[in-house]
Amino acid sequence: MNRLSTTICVILVLGLASLMAILNLATDAGSALHVPTYAVSLVGKYLCYAILALALDLVWGYAGILSLGHAAFFALGGYAMGMYLMRQIGTRGVYGNAILPDFMVFLNYKDLPWYWHGFDNPAFALLMAVLVPGLLALVFGWLAFRSRVSGVYLSIITQALTYALLLAFFRNDMGFGGNNGMTDFKDMFGLPLQADATRAGLLVASAVMLCACLLVARFVVTSRFGKVLIAVRDTEARTRFLGYRPESYKLFVFVLSAIMAGIGGVLYVPQVGIINPGEFAPAGSIEAVIWVAVGGRGTLVGAILGAVLVNAGKTYLTGAFPELWLFALGFLFILVTLLLPKGVLGLLQRARS
Amino acid sequence: MTIGPVSGSLLYLNGVSVSFDGFRAINNLSLVLEPGEMRAVIGPNGAGKTTMMDIITGKTRPNEGQVIFGAETDLTRLDEPAIAALGIGRKFQKPTVFEPLSVWDNVLLALAGDRRPRFSLWARETAEERDRIEEILGIIRLGELRTRQAAGLSHGQKQWLEIGMLLAQEPKLLLVDEPVAGMTDSETEQTAELLREINRTRSVVVVEHDMAFVRALGVKVTVLHEGSVLSEGSIDHVSCDPRVVEVYLGR
Ligand SMILES: Nc1ncnc2c1ncn2[C@@H]1O[C@H](COP(=O)(O)OP(=O)(O)O)[C@@H](O)[C@H]1O
Ligand SMILES: [Mg+2]
Repeated sequence: MNRLSTTICVILVLGLASLMAILNLATDAGSALHVPTYAVSLVGKYLCYAILALALDLVWGYAGILSLGHAAFFALGGYAMGMYLMRQIGTRGVYGNAILPDFMVFLNYKDLPWYWHGFDNPAFALLMAVLVPGLLALVFGWLAFRSRVSGVYLSIITQALTYALLLAFFRNDMGFGGNNGMTDFKDMFGLPLQADATRAGLLVASAVMLCACLLVARFVVTSRFGKVLIAVRDTEARTRFLGYRPESYKLFVFVLSAIMAGIGGVLYVPQVGIINPGEFAPAGSIEAVIWVAVGGRGTLVGAILGAVLVNAGKTYLTGAFPELWLFALGFLFILVTLLLPKGVLGLLQRARS
Repeated sequence: MTIGPVSGSLLYLNGVSVSFDGFRAINNLSLVLEPGEMRAVIGPNGAGKTTMMDIITGKTRPNEGQVIFGAETDLTRLDEPAIAALGIGRKFQKPTVFEPLSVWDNVLLALAGDRRPRFSLWARETAEERDRIEEILGIIRLGELRTRQAAGLSHGQKQWLEIGMLLAQEPKLLLVDEPVAGMTDSETEQTAELLREINRTRSVVVVEHDMAFVRALGVKVTVLHEGSVLSEGSIDHVSCDPRVVEVYLGR
């Protein structure tokens, strides 16, 4: 059943993303079949959120680590990408400085800060986009899991982590554009970001990365490692008496998950065209938890479904009834918690059998 | 003052004490277990039997005393996974199996072998592993239920599955906490038989309340009371000991 839902999910994600890309590029704007570019990027954004949801489900659903700060890893990946995109602007910025991004010129920077070096190289930027979230997760997880911090306490410190990063990235002297973050990107890998073909390509790339992450996550959870992880989730103390070290299992999956979240952030930034400290907001991480709960915790595919459904609902509601969105989200969470413990995917699977 | 281990013993508790918030749960407890021995530990509720197992397996660190395993390993310096790796297995008072996993997978995870993530991530079930699991499922009579989720087992079946997991670990020493609690008479009898069978190749410490069961095991008995040894010897010897009669049997 899980294999089936994974297969269906991969086919749907790749098929629909390719179809949208083709209909966007191959039909005229007037055609009934035409998919507008804003819709391409909107769905691309949903798929990036789905990668974040998948990453979160891996740690929450299978290791019992309820991270309330997972958007931090997503945002760090996004910032690494943003730094690359800023360096690509070059002399096309308002101040026309070949080296310094506009916000640095504005803040009277004389030289590029040392940690910005190398980000003009796309390979280096992409490496940092997975390395930085991965390393942060490694250090944070090592400290937390080794001291056997778990449950609510762990959730609270993950929330504190993202909040601390939020405050740090708000500061102008951090050198990441402060409050405004980074925007006005021009091109990526030499391709103009405003071009339809680039947008369509980013959508397909997001779909491919989402499926790749899903397959990796599925490999992990169906392996013997995954069985140990489930044992750790439910009966951590017992696994120790069998000779397992739960902390190393949690650490591995936490780092993997952070890397996935970082990948989501990399694809997110060029599609929404901006990255700012708001991505670190604690509420964002909590929203991601709701996506996973709605779709079905501990199912992987459910996390993807939940992220897409809830965000599509958000797009609709914030357009039609902006003041209702937060109430709707809260209500949805309560509803799912009370009535659908296995989420929408559980409901679908029950309907099938 | 440190006293060396009793020569040739498998497990040697030497003057062990532990307090919780000033309450002495274990009080200057000493105990020697010979290799290959099976020992029954009895005592009223709260005597410290489970706490003793917590100390041996590294869950609780004693305030005083030593716990020597084999020739010279001091268990008080090690944590739970390290002690498990030395060959000490434990069955809990309340049966704790991995509920969402199948009976088969429960035994699989317990099988002796590499416990590191980098191994388990790529591990494939080998033919030897399958044979060993089959063998254990036969011993604990859960062969028919191999694909069943452990959550769906009866209380007695969970107790047996946990004993099967202990066997799979291939420990040198098994610590078994109240294995027959909640079992029917015939299950209790089968469990006594199973433990005697296990004892042919391994040392066992079994904590139990059920006197008929302890009698059926026919092994040396240690009576704990308020965290110390009250009496030790054959079941007939301890049940005639007036101090034991007073605190435990004659309640
Ligand atoms: N972690 C703990 N914290 C506080 N008190 C404990 C703890 N573990 C055991 N105790 C106390 O130590 C005493 C011995 O408990 P236990 O070893 O479980 O007894 P038994 O297994 O012989 O019934 C009891 O009074 C119990 O309340
Ligand atoms: Mg007890």
